[in-house]
Amino acid sequence: MTEERYSPLHQKHLDAGASFTDFAGWMMPVRYSSDLAEHHAVRTAAGLFDLSHMGEILVLGPEASDALDYALAGKLSAIAIGQAKYSLLLARDGGIVDDLVVYRTGEDRYLVVANASNRAVVAAELLDRCSPFECEVQDESDDIALIAVQGPRALEILLEVPTLRIDNLADLRYYWSRPGTYGGHSVLVARTGYTGEDGFELYIAPEAASDLWDAIVETGAGSGLELAGLASRDTLRLEAGMPLYGHELGLTTFPVQAGLGRVVALKKEGDFVGRSAVEAGPPEGARVLVGLRAAGKRAGRADYPLFDSADVAASEIGIVTSGALSPTLGHPIAMAYVDPAFTAADTEIFIDVRGTRVPASVTALPFYKREAN
Amino acid sequence: MADKSTLQYTAEHEWVLVDGDVATVGITAYAADKLGDVVFVDLPDVGVSVVGGKVVGEIESTKSVGELFAPVDGEVVESNQAVVDAPELVNTDPFGDGWLIKVRFESLPALMTFAEYSTLVGE
Repeated sequence: MTEERYSPLHQKHLDAGASFTDFAGWMMPVRYSSDLAEHHAVRTAAGLFDLSHMGEILVLGPEASDALDYALAGKLSAIAIGQAKYSLLLARDGGIVDDLVVYRTGEDRYLVVANASNRAVVAAELLDRCSPFECEVQDESDDIALIAVQGPRALEILLEVPTLRIDNLADLRYYWSRPGTYGGHSVLVARTGYTGEDGFELYIAPEAASDLWDAIVETGAGSGLELAGLASRDTLRLEAGMPLYGHELGLTTFPVQAGLGRVVALKKEGDFVGRSAVEAGPPEGARVLVGLRAAGKRAGRADYPLFDSADVAASEIGIVTSGALSPTLGHPIAMAYVDPAFTAADTEIFIDVRGTRVPASVTALPFYKREAN
Repeated sequence: MADKSTLQYTAEHEWVLVDGDVATVGITAYAADKLGDVVFVDLPDVGVSVVGGKVVGEIESTKSVGELFAPVDGEVVESNQAVVDAPELVNTDPFGDGWLIKVRFESLPALMTFAEYSTLVGE
């Protein structure tokens, strides 16, 4: 294994008394004081996250659009400058190498944001897949810090951060980004996130990240902003029904199984990696991702098996991929892969919670949806 | 809240307060911090016989599940309903109101001192 890596904001986390967790080789804050308080702060006010472990890979050049249309499952040539798109990097056999957010930042310029755990493989695959095209692939991850401000009060806080200048930030639409400045530094501000709330992600040079972090903390203090760690990020994204690579997504998952069929642009002209496999589809009877909700307080967790009855002789019909007692809803929720016969809403199934069969019912994702503004 | 320096400890990050033949058991602040916010506690019923070193309950946080081990052989004489109703007590007062069970025992095994436990968790 490589040595532990630290965010450019590591000293800020130490100063704030964070507990740390190893995430893909990075020592990142798992919580500052209370993951429940951090979760609720994001739902009701705002939370500040350090996501500097994420991978940022630039694809630029006259054929960058064509290259990404071939390399990724979506039609990236179709998005406007400033627009962002959730996409997938597929294996030739249709499995998912990573899920990504792609920002088009210029006519011939895209920023591909990968999961920290997949940064190296995504960079290598993009380099390989884009090589026939007139474009360059540059892994900029070490030169970009990422700070997210998420929650209903995120906008009002960012509008007041001194020397943060982004034109018409209030008008920035969901899944769009806009360049701006913070002090003398360039910053890319995107209205994206992984919490189910309104919010922003700010890409900035590592040497400016600490100042920006402090400025947001100071500005947000009166608005209920809390520092938020990866534990709350996980429960927030779970409530929002968003998949996490390594849990809901992986090399043996076809997009359609994860409910991501819409992300694969089968209508786009030309070939793309994974196309023929996705067109052929997963094997007959492949499991499908569903939401589960249960009563009580005992949550099904990743890798807990699912059964079609409480009977000990019942057959296994699926497996939990993520689960928690929902902080917002107050009851257990989970995402799980189940056999196709068990995907209808309100289907009753049983989670084996460490030897106890806990009844649960299939429910539509997401579990939580914020009220429209 | 109990005086941490006078408690005894287990390698499973539990503390034990001995009063006569009854041991009050809880998890340490170190263990509570590692778990994160506790949201569900499952404790054994009063009257249940427990065996030292065996799992008798569960302490769940949003992120993970911790097991409660009986530190001694004996019989459960009380389980803390306050903590069942308000699991956050495990985080807010692990050495006090966040206690978990009381066990009547006949003999006490060797447990760690505060100094030994502090060394174990590197504090």
